Amino acid sequence: MEDLPFNGTGFYAYLKQRKLMGVRNKDSGEFYMPPRPMCPKSHSTNMEWEEVSGKGKLLAYTVITVGPTHMNEAGYGRDNPFCCGIVKLDEGPAVSAQIFGVDVKNPESIKIGTELQATYIERGQGPDSKTYLGFEPI
Amino acid sequence: MAARKLGRGVALVGAGMTNFGAFPGLSTRDLFVDAFVEMRNSVDKGFDPADIESLVIGNYSSTLFENQNFTAPFMATALGLVPIPATRVESACASSGVAFRQGVMNVASGLADVVLVGGIEKETDLPTAKVTDTLATASDSQFENPSGFTFPGLYALLATAYMDAYGATPETFMQVGIKNHENGALNPKAQFGQSIPQIMASKRASAEKRGKPVPSWDDEMGFMHDDRSNPVIAWPMRLFDCSPVSDGAAAMLLVAEEIAHNFTDKPLHIIGTGQGSDVPTYERESLTSLKCAKVAAAQAYEMAGVGPGDIDACEVHDCFTIAEVIASEDLGFFKPGHAHGAIAEGQTRRDGARPINSSGGLKSKGHPVGATGGGQICEIWKQLRGEAGDRQLPGDPSVGMTHNLGGSGMAAAIHIFERRN
Repeated sequence: MEDLPFNGTGFYAYLKQRKLMGVRNKDSGEFYMPPRPMCPKSHSTNMEWEEVSGKGKLLAYTVITVGPTHMNEAGYGRDNPFCCGIVKLDEGPAVSAQIFGVDVKNPESIKIGTELQATYIERGQGPDSKTYLGFEPI
Repeated sequence: MAARKLGRGVALVGAGMTNFGAFPGLSTRDLFVDAFVEMRNSVDKGFDPADIESLVIGNYSSTLFENQNFTAPFMATALGLVPIPATRVESACASSGVAFRQGVMNVASGLADVVLVGGIEKETDLPTAKVTDTLATASDSQFENPSGFTFPGLYALLATAYMDAYGATPETFMQVGIKNHENGALNPKAQFGQSIPQIMASKRASAEKRGKPVPSWDDEMGFMHDDRSNPVIAWPMRLFDCSPVSDGAAAMLLVAEEIAHNFTDKPLHIIGTGQGSDVPTYERESLTSLKCAKVAAAQAYEMAGVGPGDIDACEVHDCFTIAEVIASEDLGFFKPGHAHGAIAEGQTRRDGARPINSSGGLKSKGHPVGATGGGQICEIWKQLRGEAGDRQLPGDPSVGMTHNLGGSGMAAAIHIFERRN
C-alpha cells in the first residue's frame, strides 16, 4: 500500500483510484471506515490500510429535492432529486454516500435493507475533479 | 457514581427574547440589546446591570452569517458591560443551551454571583443557498457533505429509520407540524405564528385576489400532502417539517440562589443540567434515538431527583418534526417506538397529557440557531411563572425542561427548572 495518511486525504486519494479503503488498528484489531489516525477505543496509532468489498446494506436514506450548492452545480434539484443514505458495509462500519439506481420519484419505494455495491462518481474538470463514493443496488 | 451536584444553587431571575423572524438592518448586537431590555423588564424587583460579573454568549456563526467573529466582547460593548469576562460558546444549534450551562457552572463555581447569558444569531442577510452552506459547516465536511447531505437530509435519515423500525408514517411528522403551528399562533414572538388552517385561509384568499384557481384542500392533512403547498425538501421531510431561517436573540439572568430574592419572589431554580455529545450520523449505533440527548437527560434527571413524569412543561428541539418525535422518547416521555402513536392521539398538544412545545417550537416560533436554546428557556420562564398568556399550560406548571440539540444530534444540552413559590 502507498504511504498515504490515515485520514480523509488518504481516503479520497484511494477513492480516486477506485479503491474503498479503511484502516485496521494493529493493536486493537478494530477496523474503521472512514479512516482515522488513532483508534478511539485503544488510543493506539498503529494503523494499516485495508480494502473493503464495497458490499453493504442500506440503513437509512432520504431523497433530497433542495440540495447543497455542489449538488445543484452537478445538476440536481427540484426536478432531478437525488437519494443519499447510510450504508452498513459487510465489514462492519457504516458510511454515508449517494445512492444510485433507486426510484427517486417514488421515495417510499426505496427499501431499507437493500443490498448495495459501491460505485464511483467523478465530478469536476481537470485538476478540480473529485471522486465521490456512491452505492447502487446489486 | 453518585449523582453530580452543583457546587451551590443557581436561579434564573429574568429572561427575555426578541421576536424571531427576519429583521433587515439589525445586527446581532442590536437584537441582543432588544433581548436584554426585555430580560431587564422581566426582573420583578429590577437590578443594576453594573452587578453583572460575567457574560456568556451562545452564537453559532456570526462568523459566516454576518462576517463578524469574536462576538462576545462586541455584545459586552453594546450593553456597557466591559471589562467583565465575555465568552462566546459555539455548539451549533445547541450554542445557547450550552452557554446557559456554562453560565450555571460559572455561578455554581462561586466565581460569579450574577451572570448574563445570551443567545444570538443573524441568518437572513445571506441568500438561502449560502445559509444552507453555512449550516452545513456543522455536519461532517469530509464524510457527510460530499454525499449531498443537507440538515433536512440528515434528519430525514432518522425519519426513514424510525418509520422502518416502528411503522410510523409521514403523517406522524405532519401532525407534529400542525400541533406546533397551532401553539405558535398563540405566541406573539413567533416568526410563523399562524395555525395551518389560518395559513390555508390566507393562501386561498391570496389565490382569489390574484384570480388564480383557489386550492381545494379537504382539511389540514390535505394541505400537508399537497406538493404545491407543502413541497418535499428531503423526503419524508417537507417544508412544514422544517424550521425556518431566522434572526433573533435571547437573554437570561442567572444568580446565586442565596441572593435570588433580591431580584424576584418567583425565581426558577436550576435543579438539573446535562450535556452530551455523539459521533456523526453514519457512525451511530442507533438512528432512532440520539445518545447525546439520552445521556444529557439522564444527568439532568439524576441531579434534579425527578423523572419524566414530573415535567409539567417541556420545550424540545424540533428543528425538524422527526426530532420532536425522537426527543419525546429520548426524554422518557414515551417508550421507544411509542411517540408516533401518542402524537396521533393528541397527547403532545397543549391540552394533552404530555404537552410539548407550547411556544410553537422551532417550527413555528423560528430557529435562529444560536438563540434557539435561549428562546426555549424564555418559554419555560413564562410557563412556570404563569405568564404565557393564551398558550398558558393548565394545571399551574412548576417543573419545566428544555432540550436543545446541536447539529445532526452530535450535541445536546438539557436543563430542568423548578418554581418553588
